[in-house]
Amino acid sequence: MYVSPIREPLVRGGKTYSQITKDILAPMAGRPSVYWYIGISLSVAALLFGAWAIYMTVYVGIGTWGLNKTIGWAWDITNFVWWVGIGHAGTFISAILLLFRQRWRTSINRSAEAMTLIAIMCAGFFPLIHMGRILLGFFIFPYPNTRSLWVNFNSPLLWDVFAITTYFLVSLIFWYVGLIPDIATVRDKAKSKIRKAIYKFLSFGWTGSVRQWTRHETVSLILAGLAAPLVLSVHTIVSFDFATSVIPGWHTTIFPPYFVSGAVFSGFAMVLTLLIVARKALNLEEYITKIHIESMTKVIILTGSIVGIAYITEFFIAWYSGVEYEQYAFLNRAFGPYAWAYWIMMTCNVITPQLFWIKKIRTNMLVVFIISIFVNIGMWFERFVIIVTSLHRDYLPSSWAMYKPTITEVGLYVGTFGLFFTLFLLFIRAFPVVAIAEIKTVLKASTDKPMQQDHE
Amino acid sequence: MNKYLTAYYNDEEDLLEGLNKIQSEGIKVTDVLTPFPVHGLDKVIGLRRSRLSVIAFIGGALGTLIGFFFQAWVFTVDYPLAFGGKPFFAVPSFMPVTFEMAVLLAAYAIVFAYLIHNNLGPGSKNIIYDERITDDRFLILISLEDKADDQIKEVETVLENAGALGITLKV
Repeated sequence: MYVSPIREPLVRGGKTYSQITKDILAPMAGRPSVYWYIGISLSVAALLFGAWAIYMTVYVGIGTWGLNKTIGWAWDITNFVWWVGIGHAGTFISAILLLFRQRWRTSINRSAEAMTLIAIMCAGFFPLIHMGRILLGFFIFPYPNTRSLWVNFNSPLLWDVFAITTYFLVSLIFWYVGLIPDIATVRDKAKSKIRKAIYKFLSFGWTGSVRQWTRHETVSLILAGLAAPLVLSVHTIVSFDFATSVIPGWHTTIFPPYFVSGAVFSGFAMVLTLLIVARKALNLEEYITKIHIESMTKVIILTGSIVGIAYITEFFIAWYSGVEYEQYAFLNRAFGPYAWAYWIMMTCNVITPQLFWIKKIRTNMLVVFIISIFVNIGMWFERFVIIVTSLHRDYLPSSWAMYKPTITEVGLYVGTFGLFFTLFLLFIRAFPVVAIAEIKTVLKASTDKPMQQDHE
Repeated sequence: MNKYLTAYYNDEEDLLEGLNKIQSEGIKVTDVLTPFPVHGLDKVIGLRRSRLSVIAFIGGALGTLIGFFFQAWVFTVDYPLAFGGKPFFAVPSFMPVTFEMAVLLAAYAIVFAYLIHNNLGPGSKNIIYDERITDDRFLILISLEDKADDQIKEVETVLENAGALGITLKV
């Protein structure tokens, strides 16, 4: 097979097929490390803080939040949009990069997809808890009921329900279909009987026959084709929550592409944050190499620049439209009482990712890690700025107000972090974090040493 | 398959080469089990192009129709309600849900079709021929149902000449 002499290899260390299997299954074998236990304890603690906040919200009521009549959406919807955005990287990596035949995705798609699924769970939680009466959450689905009422199909909030649900369900099967061959590997390598039985059940009886593989590839390709527009539709529809309203600062046609690129931007940042730690902790540095990290930083440069242009365009349009309310909303964002949030957003999202143009910076793991955190923070503030600054000063100055989060709201947010990391740490122990079968397909074309087969 | 022969290769290029030799001797290879998709294998075995995409299309079409006409029925026939002066039959605002339904049904249709077609699913009783085929082995299966003993010897020699390893007869 042809090995490119110029491109840097995607798998390092001159691996053989069986070494790949062994290396990738290693984090699942044996007892978890001390760091894993520390991680899961911290995550569960955060989760418990969240559980307390849920209890307060449900038992005492939504009055425990810092919302008021002027600012009806704040932390919770900020968190919702932020988590949905983070959930965009996984399916973007596995669907759109598959269609573009980007081979570097094979090392990172599995963990990114898992991250997507967990992030959507975290996201879905916020609109649900915002309803106040969380037990009546099923009211959002159109089901035949004794009141003979249907849901409002003209409302973007209802479109959200469909978009997020579909996105979760489709990402779930996409992820699982990809996992089946790897679960079979775990099954065949399992030593204990119980472990073997569990993975046999989960592997769906995978045998690895040609028929299964050819159909598997067809299904993956078609699912990618379906998931690609789906990824773009989800944040488009989330942006409709704002764009279809008549609030200055929300009522803009630029929102769908602006939100989608922002979502991919924040999603890749979160993937970087997680994987830079995971590749070290799980000894996967030969699979998730610097070239993978670099490729992701390039996606961040692109999407970050689109986001930057969107910020400037919004300002320009506010001036050019001649609508004084729109102009006021934007000046108020940049120089009003929430200016600090606006400038945090600008620095983190527009300036820091531009540092990735420098090769020295984007190959230094520590710096990439720090910048990825900056992007995460910046993107959270973007949503906060859009939501809170647009709401807090509306048409009637007598109803202007300020918003401050309460401990309950912070608790809910911290709780979703707890959920995110708890599930991710469990995922690391339960399933292979790198797609074993897929990495074997790129091995021969992209390795740094000619392969030595081990014969018995 | 009651009577069959298994042999393996350690490398996918050897496998493809060997298969070509075996097939040119007129021996039909029943199945090949590999740890990852090997390109060109489907042609060697003589598989037809998968028609799963048709199922995805049917699912998608169904989703589109259900999504669109359900919303239209609710808002024009079952319970027309005026929302913000919008028309009852508001086609643009039915699009998001229609699109999501199309994607959802298409994706689930193709995945279920794939699982059923491949006999995959929880509790599936598929035989696992070799535990190393999910690791680093490329196993070939040849059914010997209709072959006499001297023919079996012949098949074994062909396999040996084609570089196959660990040729074992299973009855």
